[in-house]
Amino acid sequence: MVMATESMSAQNGEIEGLRHGERAGVGVRALIGSSWGFASTAELSSREARRAGQHAAETARASARLAGAPLEMAPVPAVHDHWESACAEDPLSVPLSEKAGLLASVTSVARAAGAQIAQASYDIWDTTKWLATSEGSRISQHIRECGAAMSATAIGDGETQRRSYPGIRGQYGTRGWELVRQLDLPGHAGRVGEEAVALLSAPVCPDRRCDLVLGSEQMALQIHESVGHATELDRILGWEAAFAGTSWLELSQLGSLRFGSPLMNITADATLPGALGSFGYDDEGTPAHRVDIVREGIWVGALSGRDSAALAGLPAGGMVRADGHNRIPMVRMTNIGLLPGTSSLEAMIAETDDGIYMDTNRSWSIDDRRLNFQFGCEVGYEVKGGRLGRVLRNPTYTGISPQFWGSLDRVGGEAEWQFWGTPNCGKGQPMQVGHTGHPSVPCRFRDVRVGVRG
Amino acid sequence: MSASDPAALAEKVVEMVGRRAEAAVTVTHTRQGLTRFANSFIHQNVVDEHTEVYLQLSLDGRAATATTYRSDDQALEGLAGRALVAAALRPVDPAWAGLASPAALLSPSDLHYDPATAGVGPAERAEAVAAFVSDGDGLVGAGFCETTRNDRYFANSAGQRLDSHDTSAALDAILRVPGPDGGPSSDGVASTYSFRFADLDGEALGRHAAARARSGADPIELPPGRYEVVLEARCVAYLMDFFTFYGFNGRAVTEGRSFVALGERQLDRALSLSDDATDRRQLGPLFDAEGTPKRRAPLVDAGVVTGVTHDRRSAAKAGGGATTTGHCIPGGEALGAVATATVLEAAAGAVRPVSSMVSEVERGLLVSDFWYTRALDPKTLVATGLTRNGVFLIENGEVGRAVSNLRFTQSYVAALAPGQVLGVGDDARLAPGGLHFSLHCAPSLHLAAWNFTGNASA
Repeated sequence: MVMATESMSAQNGEIEGLRHGERAGVGVRALIGSSWGFASTAELSSREARRAGQHAAETARASARLAGAPLEMAPVPAVHDHWESACAEDPLSVPLSEKAGLLASVTSVARAAGAQIAQASYDIWDTTKWLATSEGSRISQHIRECGAAMSATAIGDGETQRRSYPGIRGQYGTRGWELVRQLDLPGHAGRVGEEAVALLSAPVCPDRRCDLVLGSEQMALQIHESVGHATELDRILGWEAAFAGTSWLELSQLGSLRFGSPLMNITADATLPGALGSFGYDDEGTPAHRVDIVREGIWVGALSGRDSAALAGLPAGGMVRADGHNRIPMVRMTNIGLLPGTSSLEAMIAETDDGIYMDTNRSWSIDDRRLNFQFGCEVGYEVKGGRLGRVLRNPTYTGISPQFWGSLDRVGGEAEWQFWGTPNCGKGQPMQVGHTGHPSVPCRFRDVRVGVRG
Repeated sequence: MSASDPAALAEKVVEMVGRRAEAAVTVTHTRQGLTRFANSFIHQNVVDEHTEVYLQLSLDGRAATATTYRSDDQALEGLAGRALVAAALRPVDPAWAGLASPAALLSPSDLHYDPATAGVGPAERAEAVAAFVSDGDGLVGAGFCETTRNDRYFANSAGQRLDSHDTSAALDAILRVPGPDGGPSSDGVASTYSFRFADLDGEALGRHAAARARSGADPIELPPGRYEVVLEARCVAYLMDFFTFYGFNGRAVTEGRSFVALGERQLDRALSLSDDATDRRQLGPLFDAEGTPKRRAPLVDAGVVTGVTHDRRSAAKAGGGATTTGHCIPGGEALGAVATATVLEAAAGAVRPVSSMVSEVERGLLVSDFWYTRALDPKTLVATGLTRNGVFLIENGEVGRAVSNLRFTQSYVAALAPGQVLGVGDDARLAPGGLHFSLHCAPSLHLAAWNFTGNASA
């Protein structure tokens, strides 16, 4: 794998960080009995690659001291292929001076709008990887990813308030710099600055139960934490029990458990053009494809690798990736998203008599079984009699996953379907940073507890 | 010259940059082995050995950084070339504070290095894991055993030269009693973090985790609310990442994003806090990413805030005579300077066993561990998270029934505010912080109140 990275950050009109990175190396994974052994080398020679392979096998063999039942691999056809993500404008070829000008400009504008701290950043990843397996696959891929983020923070006497655009983590995809241009950061810089300041004097979100309308950015986080991680098969099988945790889902319930309302349709689809979790093949050589995870509210699918899928009696899921040549591939979300329905944000607000509309994630926490969550958003709005009312600060909501998803009664339509990208999903040991996609739409949930505070 | 010779590589890069720019180079050669187990067998066993070259340079105040995992001449030339081109194209950084001047380490370069640990391989790690599981009372185990060796060298064009060698070893694992009807299991956790592999006692950790898991079975549900608590050391270490990242970070203080007010008694007088990489209990390097030697940095003395952490850039922006405290983190331009080796201790040395603190609780909770804590507001340090790996009701000074996991929403500053700390434990040890950023040396604490806002499963 060869990976080139570039990132830049700015605050209040000044460029603060400009970083280039380069990583290249070979990682070898060997399965002996019940254990994977993994070793890597950054020296790109046949001799070193062979040595890494021997080291991987020796390491796997050492695991025999505490062995389990032998692992099998769900079958996938051996292929010779090449795949590339679409990229209209190579992000690494855009002049640094232009990128610096963009970040400096938007942070100056947001600062001038009243925020004490205005920040902006972009990240670029350019990855070429080659996969060779002992089963005969030879696959090369060239994946280019990029995106940008912007935020404004207003500082009050006792707290801070923040507004971000387009979301707390920005927006990222398997696309070129055209993605950043389409975000139109300059067109939103003044607004986020003004909104951050206005939040300081807004009333606090009340602690009560009411209907809750969530924008698509917050829905992306909701899907990521409470559906994506919960349906990872390595968690369900207990392989991540000590660190990342397990899942409230049991394999015996697959195909019958009601996860949510009949309006809930979740897929894992690594084929969505431009979404951050898209690729041609995963790091086990399984071709990208779509897997139904929740269909009409029933849990029907899991995120799997070839080993976990074989153990569960499922076909290979194609969801195994590593974040570099020196990390063992593991089950990662692809594009885990909610399929659009027939409503719209405007319509669901008009149909809400007493509720709160929240959007843009600010805090997130969920238990180690992915059941109990509490999420905070940057901004909330009262909804009274079908109309948006006062702005509310510090909006939070909490729930138990199947109860919460069971209360879903409005799902936004295709016109509002947006592919959010999360570039910083932490999982595994040593910790790996995954890039995941989350297609989502605005939704409404009934009778939710909101306004929890310390 | 090889990839495992950090000094030669660093000198070479400084030479390559030459007089074209100010340059600072850190080369780290890392050898890490990690053995993970779940369902009581080893399922992942990984080894990673690599050399990272990290170059910071400045062309008349236009700064850029670049990293590479390659060590051949072509890659190093490319590294220097990319950084120079990038720096030339960006605007001047008005906060560029120049390079660190020559200064020696304040402790031996091998303070946290153990030769035996450097040689540990997968077989030894497997033995430690097997010991944990075999003394686990037949319960299902999961966790990891890790060993790491780092050889690090720093060179800059101002003449600063430093080297540091460190090792680390960790065994951190749970044992589980299955819950009834697929419900939550009862888990007990035990861990040791040290620079010596020999300090990992798998059998003792297995016995401790098993006892905790057994005693946590058949938990009762308690209504949410404010409870007096004894937080065990792992919980307290979890809090510390938030204090260092959001609170004592000099940049956050300068920008008004932090709760910190220098000179004020903001925490209970029972507590003192410092950052001290030269403490033998700590792990890691003895200089920061700018080449400033690590030293003890006082942060809180008997509840009074006495210091914050700075790198060269944040100190220059803070003004008022602020200087770097040696807390620059690689790539941390936007984050600021963060303490990575904190020691929380009793101000007057008045520490007590956990059992003594428990004996003074009329009705409260003993909490073993926290999970997935995130800040709702970085200034007040209001955070939400959950309990994990064992919660127990304390009544009339006795530990009683296990309690199901709870969610909390709590200001960490308020929890440790004056009058809130009723006892400091004698069990200070290294444990991970709640943002997975650093390990912290922290004791158990007896606190007057903790705000539980929900049940985890209902």
